[in-house]
Amino acid sequence: MKRYSWLVPTLYILFLMLPIYWLVSMSFKTTNEILGSFSLFPREFTLDNYRKIFTDPTWYMGYVNSIIYVTINTVISVTVALPAAYAFSRYRFLGDKHLFFWLLTNRMAPAAVFALPFFQLYSATGLFDTHFAVALAHTLFNIPLAVWILEGFMSGVPKQLDETAYVDGYSFPAFFIKIFIPTIAAGIGVAAFFCFMFSWVELLLAKTLTAVHAKPIAATMTRTASSSGYELGLLAAAGTLTIVPGAIVIYFVRNYIAKGFALGRV
Amino acid sequence: MDKTANHKAWFFVLPVLMLVAFNAIIPLMTVVNYSVQETFGDNNFFWAGVLWFEEVLRSERFHASLGRQLFFTFSILAIEVPLGVAIALAMPRKGIWVSVCLVLMAMPLLIPWNVVGAIWNIFALPNIGLLGQMLNGLGIDYNFTRQPGDAWFTLITMDVWHWTSLVVLLAYAGLASIPEAYYQAAKIDGASSWAIFRYIQLPKMKRVLTIAVLLRFMDSFNIYTEPFVLTGGGPGNSTTLLSIDLVKVALGQFDLGPAAAMSLIYFLVILLLSWVFYTLMMRGEEQ
Repeated sequence: MKRYSWLVPTLYILFLMLPIYWLVSMSFKTTNEILGSFSLFPREFTLDNYRKIFTDPTWYMGYVNSIIYVTINTVISVTVALPAAYAFSRYRFLGDKHLFFWLLTNRMAPAAVFALPFFQLYSATGLFDTHFAVALAHTLFNIPLAVWILEGFMSGVPKQLDETAYVDGYSFPAFFIKIFIPTIAAGIGVAAFFCFMFSWVELLLAKTLTAVHAKPIAATMTRTASSSGYELGLLAAAGTLTIVPGAIVIYFVRNYIAKGFALGRV
Repeated sequence: MDKTANHKAWFFVLPVLMLVAFNAIIPLMTVVNYSVQETFGDNNFFWAGVLWFEEVLRSERFHASLGRQLFFTFSILAIEVPLGVAIALAMPRKGIWVSVCLVLMAMPLLIPWNVVGAIWNIFALPNIGLLGQMLNGLGIDYNFTRQPGDAWFTLITMDVWHWTSLVVLLAYAGLASIPEAYYQAAKIDGASSWAIFRYIQLPKMKRVLTIAVLLRFMDSFNIYTEPFVLTGGGPGNSTTLLSIDLVKVALGQFDLGPAAAMSLIYFLVILLLSWVFYTLMMRGEEQ
């Protein structure tokens, strides 16, 4: 039985790749071929769909917008989460457990509940349709996530490290920046990756908070699907391109990805 | 780890607190406001008390979408958890193939949610999709845009495709933490592979599996984008889950009162689940 156990993951990966293959192969087909006939491989291989995306600003600016707000969000989330996670992992203070739980509830908050009030809040503050608005809105679930992951990693670092540093005459900021942050560099990487990822895959809030200037690529795609006929080839090419960033960064965190999903608690 | 009592630690938490409060408390209070008021336009609001809550709790539409939501959540849990554990058990333990498997399996987790919906839409379309063509070629009458049963099948398969890897990754991380010595001891005792699973692997995976089950439970309760892109809640209302219904009421019909009341009820359910999750996880940590 053991000899055939490799079959299970292989079949599973095949099942995972099949729809992705269909998307990629469709992105190389012409609209006529997609609608006219059924073929496993692109018969009239074309790069037109990709050419259109890379030359039309309404398309490629979608990627630029997404990358801008995702980056801003990751920087904000990890920066403010670092001291908070340190406090949770090292100190007992008034209301710490309640606060930790409250943070978690925001990770679980359904975006659908918040869509309308978010729209009103960000319109009232004049942030609507800016990259900053989406970045700020996504901190709702990314800060709690970053705090949880970092707290998990920090709790793995023995307290003796802090104490030794004080004995050696380090001030707290010097210790934190010069010794502590390098020690948990892996944790920061994982937290940043997860912030990047959840900001990248979220669409409902990003779409609600933008109109033209900061419109994410994912929202550009939904517009195409509904209004300008059914340009499936273009849609498939745009979809394929949204998979690429994830596929690249995932390689770097492959050994930590489970720990991140378990909110730093494996 | 023993922690030092230090109330000044609040200053470390302050930036997080301010940002999350801006995003969580102001919108939540807006929702609470709407949920107890009636409006006839022109921004004139009147006190309505618990009228909307009563209306939502009594409405058959809410019961129906809550029922569909529960059916969806329990179906995907019943499939994803055993399947994920089985795949994690069959995965290689060392060598190059581990990385290959992990990277390939994690791919669906990093695809934007509306693209997941779009992928499955074009994959399953009966006339031009690979799955649709295959099923119809086998003589099965399959059309997920017309038949509710097929729509459900596609929806659940899509979620299994999207999220089973999460269970695999967590279960695998649990398995990887078992020392080799345990297996050697089991071998000496002549334990069967079922006994190894039941008494060594399962207890070691208990904690990560709790996390996996509860994360999947809560996230599937929040699911919106994927089913919206795939079926739009149709055909008819047959796949209208809770959050799709909520957005229809709030942004489609602009019935702010009932939508807000529904949001709060929905949010309380999530809050309760989060509390269970937190308690279970903290208990696990103390052991």
